[in-house]
Amino acid sequence: MRLAHLALGLILLAGTLSAQPAIEDRHVYEGSSPTVLRILSTADLSVFDPYLAAFHRANPAIGIDYSVVSSADLARMIRKGAAYDLALSSAMDLQFKLANDGHARRYRSEATQALPGWAGWRDLIFAFTAEPAVIVIAQDALAGLEIPATRRDLITLLREHPGRFRGRIGTYDVRKSGLGYLFATQDARATDAYWRLSEVMGRLDPELYCCSAQMIDALVEGELVLAYNVLGSYARDRLAASASDALAVVEMEDFANVMLRTAIIPRQADAPELAGAFIDHLIGIGLRSAAGSWPLPALSGIDAAQAAGFGPIRLGPGLMVNLDRLNRRNFLRAWENAVRQGADAPAGAAPAARENSAPPRK
Amino acid sequence: MRPLASIRQRLTFLLAGVAAVLSILSWLTVSEFARRAVGRAQDNVLAASVTSIVETLRAEEGEVQLELPYSAFSMLGAISEDRVFYRAVAGGLLLTGYGDLPEPRPEPPEPGGVVFATADYVGETIRMASATRIVAVAGNRVPVSVTVAQTTTGITQVARDLSRMAALLSVAFFCIAVTLSAIAARASLKPLSEIAGAVARRGPSDMRPLRRRAPAELSPLIEALDRLMLRLAGSLRRSEDFIAEAAHRIRTPLASVRMQSELALGEARTSSDRARLRLIIRAVDESSRSAGQLLDHATVAFRAEDLARDPVDLSKLALRTADAIRPTATMRDIEISLRADPALVSGDAVLLDTALRNVLDNAVKYSPVATDIHIAVGVEGGEAFVRVCDQGPGLGGGPLDALTERFRRGETAAGHVGSGLGLTITRDVLRAHGGRLILSNRDPKEGGGACVSLILPSA
Repeated sequence: MRLAHLALGLILLAGTLSAQPAIEDRHVYEGSSPTVLRILSTADLSVFDPYLAAFHRANPAIGIDYSVVSSADLARMIRKGAAYDLALSSAMDLQFKLANDGHARRYRSEATQALPGWAGWRDLIFAFTAEPAVIVIAQDALAGLEIPATRRDLITLLREHPGRFRGRIGTYDVRKSGLGYLFATQDARATDAYWRLSEVMGRLDPELYCCSAQMIDALVEGELVLAYNVLGSYARDRLAASASDALAVVEMEDFANVMLRTAIIPRQADAPELAGAFIDHLIGIGLRSAAGSWPLPALSGIDAAQAAGFGPIRLGPGLMVNLDRLNRRNFLRAWENAVRQGADAPAGAAPAARENSAPPRK
Repeated sequence: MRPLASIRQRLTFLLAGVAAVLSILSWLTVSEFARRAVGRAQDNVLAASVTSIVETLRAEEGEVQLELPYSAFSMLGAISEDRVFYRAVAGGLLLTGYGDLPEPRPEPPEPGGVVFATADYVGETIRMASATRIVAVAGNRVPVSVTVAQTTTGITQVARDLSRMAALLSVAFFCIAVTLSAIAARASLKPLSEIAGAVARRGPSDMRPLRRRAPAELSPLIEALDRLMLRLAGSLRRSEDFIAEAAHRIRTPLASVRMQSELALGEARTSSDRARLRLIIRAVDESSRSAGQLLDHATVAFRAEDLARDPVDLSKLALRTADAIRPTATMRDIEISLRADPALVSGDAVLLDTALRNVLDNAVKYSPVATDIHIAVGVEGGEAFVRVCDQGPGLGGGPLDALTERFRRGETAAGHVGSGLGLTITRDVLRAHGGRLILSNRDPKEGGGACVSLILPSA
């Protein structure tokens, strides 16, 4: 018992030491005054540049220092008190836990009060996009087959044509990607088909990715024929840019996760007013009624999803359940058993001691 | 004497005060209930949450396993937007959750039961629910206690909102109660104000009992008022009777004194005796006249109480009265002329005759020798009138209305026999009939003199 705890502690310690926050991308918009708004975000610069540029045009005096990190790194950095004024993340659960644990500042404005109830929590978290998870399929891989509309269809398709998909399926590595973990846990909660699908995919030797963008790159380059749980917004942008109809974006009809991209003002922010102004800017775009040319979908797009019977992932304490140490360990174990069949268990993860471990119940 | 505050005001304020006290009490009660109900709701949800977590406890591979159900936390999110904390401790070692969460007290919670506690954590007040279960791990009995905590900010806000709503309702109730109090006070005092109005509207000589249906509380007052009025009327009538009786008794002996004095005057030898006797006769006349007028006054007071309403033609009445007084006038060379159009009124002929006679008496008395008295009767603008004008000295420069006061005599009355009751009697008669008396002086350029008009509603 003691030893087990000690071992776990050491593993976690090693995990935190090895996880040096890696700034993946950084861009500074020079302002005419020394005032700088420092933003830590999970959104790729290519996707988020229009939002930053628009704010910069409206407030040329203010400089913007925009850094892109993974959602797990973002949560870890904010928790440790890294000096940023605003944290934008797609991992709702991590954002929520930051707010719940007192790492977010209260902010209230006309814009935040215009948000619908499901798009915020306690004046601490503010949603500004609603982005569904989709699958992307290469058309030629499906030649002569029907496009799957539900997870059950997808399972049947993968089972019946293993040759077409072996080694050419991509999905999130939920151990590395906060968003991938969020999507996976929500899938598991919403439908039993998730674990069967994971096992079927596991048998087909899937490729694991940290981010939607790289999955889509792999699809475009033909390395993959199918990607599961990709951010629809990224996929559509890339497809529109490539102007090719080789890839099809498919929204599952049985259930689709809708992620809310959220903003918090970290407790340690030096310029909370600037951050507030930027949140107002984001909410203004998020609540737009006209389609506009913004790369990320509007909050109002949620109406269609709600009409189909599933709303956005709920911003609430329920999100903290899957972040619990024990729950996460159990979930990752089950996931590894399902997805990494045959492959060696990667270092850092607890060994899958049990055969065919039961997936966590809801 | 300054009047006390009105009963209605007092009643309204009293009822409003009661309403205010009740409103405040009900607000306090509802606020307290809301606070408790909301607190209990949070306790219940916390208990359900901690129980659902405890139920997932099991031993696996020699260690305690715990799985947080999604619903355990989502149900906490359903009641309010409050921060959530939790901790699971197995045999004194932190299993998962927030290690620095305050220890639940009393500790350790009994297995199977849920204990609640309130504490401060990360700068906020939290409500905690704890439960313990014994898990058998590799033959050891390990007590595992799970605590779920939630801040009370949102809950308090809900209670405060409810309290505010209750306050608004209380204010509304208070306003309604005040309005109803005012209405109730007015309604319950209505009989009183009706009685007061009935008494105030009465004529000065109306001594009839009130004969009103009154609430039980007011009937003693009404009875007392009626008895007072009865006594007052009785004593008035007795004094009028006394005056009439006295006047009557005086007149008869006075008549015989006058007759004897006139006889004595005829037989008197010396001029000083004659002068003395003339003085006696003059004094007797004055007394007799006064007694007559006192009698008239008593008659008027008596008959006006229960006024007859017979059709009376003023022109005929005036003719008769003028005829009756003409002998006296002729003795002084005073000519009475009459221009009478028919003027019908309804009233008591005896009283109207008394009124007119008094006016004519005055006119004859104050007119110089060998002058005219003119009487006009007619209808003007729906009103019947009798106007008596003389060529005497007029009514003087003083206020004319004052002449109708009892025992008041005009500036020009000096040297004449009179009691000062004449015009009072006339005025009382006219008033009893709903009419009025108008006194005026004639323009001296037209010969001067006074005009007295008796105005009555035309029948």
